[in-house]
Amino acid sequence: MSTVLSQPWAGERERLGLRGGVGSDAPRPDGILKVKGRFAFSSDLWAEGMIWGATARSPHPRALIAGIDVSEALRLPGVRCVLTQEDVPGRKTYGLEVADQPVLAIDEVRYQGEPIAIVAADDPETARRAAAAVYVGYNVLEPVVDPEEALRTSSDKVHPTGNIVRHLKVRRGDPDATADIVVSGEYEVRMQDQAFLGPESGLAVPAEDGGVDLYVATQWLHVDQDQVAASLGLPAGKVRLSLSGVGGAFGAREDLSLQVHLCMLALRTGRPVKMVYSREESFFGHVHRHPARLRYTHGANRDGKLVYVKAEILLDGGAYMSSSRAVVANAGTLGIGPYEVPNVSMDAYGVYTNNPPCGAMRGFGAVQACFAYESQMDRLAAALGVGPVELRARNAMAEGSVMPTGQVVEGPAPVAELLRRVHSAPLPPALGAAAAATSLPGGAANTTHGEGVARGVGYALGFKNVGFSEGFDDYSTARVSLARAGGRPIATVHTAAAEVGQGLVTVQAQIARTELGTEQVVVETADTQVGSAGSSSASRQTYVTGGAVKAACAEVREVLFERAAQLLGCLPADLVIADEAVVVREGGGFGADRAVPLVELVADGPVERTVQWRHRPTQPVDPETGQGNAHVQYCFAAHRAVVDVDVELGLVKVVEIVTAQDVGKAINPSAVLGQIHGGTAQGLGLALMEEIQVEGGRVKNASFTDYLIPTILDMPPMRVDVLELGDPFAPYGLRGVGEAPTISSTPAIVAAVRAATGRDLTRVPVRPEDIIGEVAS
Amino acid sequence: MRLSLTVNSRPYQAEGVWEGESLLYVLRERLGFWGAKNACEQGECGSCSVVLDGVLVCACLVAAGQAQHSEILTVEGLTPGRSPDDLGPVQRAFLEAGAVQCGFCTPGLIVASHELLRQNPAPTDAQVREALAGNLCRCTGYEKILDAVRLAAAGLEGGPL
Repeated sequence: MSTVLSQPWAGERERLGLRGGVGSDAPRPDGILKVKGRFAFSSDLWAEGMIWGATARSPHPRALIAGIDVSEALRLPGVRCVLTQEDVPGRKTYGLEVADQPVLAIDEVRYQGEPIAIVAADDPETARRAAAAVYVGYNVLEPVVDPEEALRTSSDKVHPTGNIVRHLKVRRGDPDATADIVVSGEYEVRMQDQAFLGPESGLAVPAEDGGVDLYVATQWLHVDQDQVAASLGLPAGKVRLSLSGVGGAFGAREDLSLQVHLCMLALRTGRPVKMVYSREESFFGHVHRHPARLRYTHGANRDGKLVYVKAEILLDGGAYMSSSRAVVANAGTLGIGPYEVPNVSMDAYGVYTNNPPCGAMRGFGAVQACFAYESQMDRLAAALGVGPVELRARNAMAEGSVMPTGQVVEGPAPVAELLRRVHSAPLPPALGAAAAATSLPGGAANTTHGEGVARGVGYALGFKNVGFSEGFDDYSTARVSLARAGGRPIATVHTAAAEVGQGLVTVQAQIARTELGTEQVVVETADTQVGSAGSSSASRQTYVTGGAVKAACAEVREVLFERAAQLLGCLPADLVIADEAVVVREGGGFGADRAVPLVELVADGPVERTVQWRHRPTQPVDPETGQGNAHVQYCFAAHRAVVDVDVELGLVKVVEIVTAQDVGKAINPSAVLGQIHGGTAQGLGLALMEEIQVEGGRVKNASFTDYLIPTILDMPPMRVDVLELGDPFAPYGLRGVGEAPTISSTPAIVAAVRAATGRDLTRVPVRPEDIIGEVAS
Repeated sequence: MRLSLTVNSRPYQAEGVWEGESLLYVLRERLGFWGAKNACEQGECGSCSVVLDGVLVCACLVAAGQAQHSEILTVEGLTPGRSPDDLGPVQRAFLEAGAVQCGFCTPGLIVASHELLRQNPAPTDAQVREALAGNLCRCTGYEKILDAVRLAAAGLEGGPL
């Protein structure tokens, strides 16, 4: 197998060579502003007469609110208003799937940090002091913090509807199947934070029509608009959102944070209001990755073929629903990994607790499951006496394999090939006697000169669905126009798709260049003046908004070809675009060298088309069996990690990571590498350092001093092998890229640490005490 | 308090600065230098890196009063000319290497890389990693940031920045 495009879109390859088009490393259109420090992030906004907002939050994870006294806050000079839930003009709750989360707490708080009141003041420090001066009387209750306890009928209920937000069952094959070799394990994934660098922030400006203009960093403008308008009691048309600069997202901006609050303050005061969360507040201001407990039993025959997998996955959703149901669906339907297993019994649960709310984070349910099933595969390999690579290769899913949901895997699924590639890459040189201390575990702390250091190598495979699943109407809207500017054609692309750093603005421009043959492309700021693009999540935007831009360009091109055909006296089917002109294709008859410049075809005005585009439909799964064609596409990756471990101090140095991923078609190869590097780094963080420590419902480490994310010293050199096998159903054959690297990197690193230490390591992140502690019997 | 300081070789004054303000707040909210970013307020992330009297600092950790009569260099000062496409060598290298994603960490990393290359125009990878260990990036995994610094260093050919 080699890096080639397969057939269905081969006819398009002739158009892919254009400078800055699809398949090129086109530069980011926002790059110059970003390196100059002049790109306006949502925390950099300013408006004439602007005042500042701040939020008063609950210190308790669970309490009844006995009373709220805002009089002291209001007395502070410079304070303009203090608002509570009574001031929410419309629907008092919001939520992505279920509107169960109060805009401002109503009678009860269900997690530490829940917003209770909001204030507006002339400067940020006064606003902060006013928020601190809001007096709230509480009757503190015992929080529900253990998800296992929350599952029981005897548990206190976090919401009157009960604590179980979803129980997904997947049943396939014979529930009584038996196997020669059986291994069981219980695993734990702790709470990870997206830790984007740009804190939640935005600016709301009241408008003359009684509405409001909101400039905000988000992942999904229209789902924000719907929720904000409902809570403001305004028609959607009066709540206009524009995307401001987004300092990373990774799932944490899919839910509302300060959107409604800002608009309420702006509408109440009649002034533009800005709000910027501090880092500490940010830890309370967005959802996190669900912590999970996972119990697996794998059965295999002596030849190493999997016979069955039985699993239970329990995801702690925290205090509110957010996207927990979809996370449960992913964990459950993807929970046995990219393997062929004839008999499956899977139960995935999501529960409410009084822990911090959890929702979307890169990998979305697939991350938690992958750590468990890949740990199990290593355990099974050891029990069988075969290598971890060999066992995985024997069971790897391929095109035509059947998922536990009964869904047939369509298009290339090069799982075994990805594994072969990372396995065959040369290993880094052994640790030499003269190794610099900074290259050893402990780094510049100079804790070893090589004594007590053991090396390990680990492998993992992972996969995830691309796009929204289970019958969700997953579409995007693109408006594309071609006009004349300065004697040359210029294409304009307008969508509501959120550029969050991944490079979607670049990709949109590349697609327009390729489809319309024009070098000049403007990608307009995403806003709600055009239809929804869906969320910048689920690795979906290049696929879905890319697909919408491609389709809108095709409609514009159709108009151009009709006009050109009339002028040239030929059929539209005989035309192609080359050198910013519509030309008769070779062999098209009617004189092959005849051409009309694009600018002449738009001389009377721009040609504009707006298109709503959908990927192939998916289906809900059967609630009792989990059977159904739930997903539209998968992304696959393999990782190999090499680590050095100081087994006496429990310190880990990741020496090298090799990864291989099928991206179908790299629309922008440089950006694809950036996604794979960055996603792998977040997986390393979960493996070795990242944990929001929650005790009794309270967060212990809400700062970058205490919540550690990988630095440049923690990251090893990475080798990336990109395959482009092409999905026949997707635009250009592309596959979503962003999440796959985050999924298999974590278990590969932990497998390497196990190989170096002989420890079980059933929990991530791995702590030094897990490495040096007593060996479990 | 009245604060007088030099930013990117030009004199500035800020009136009514209160004692609790950071240099970062003064730069951003009073003087309009939005390039330095506020991401952690604890000196952990380097997003607000500026050079103060020749020393790389996190502007969030410098009290405004400490910057009285000082000379500050921010990312805005690393652009040689006024044309929109004018870029300093480190800025250009970050762009060409694909080291920019969301871009929130970028100004701080560019200031820190510039300061590294000013002191050491031919750093080893280990020296680059050590010098940039105070700048967090959540998007890139640092691979292309390392590429960018190598690229900028290669352009210097051992000469000064």
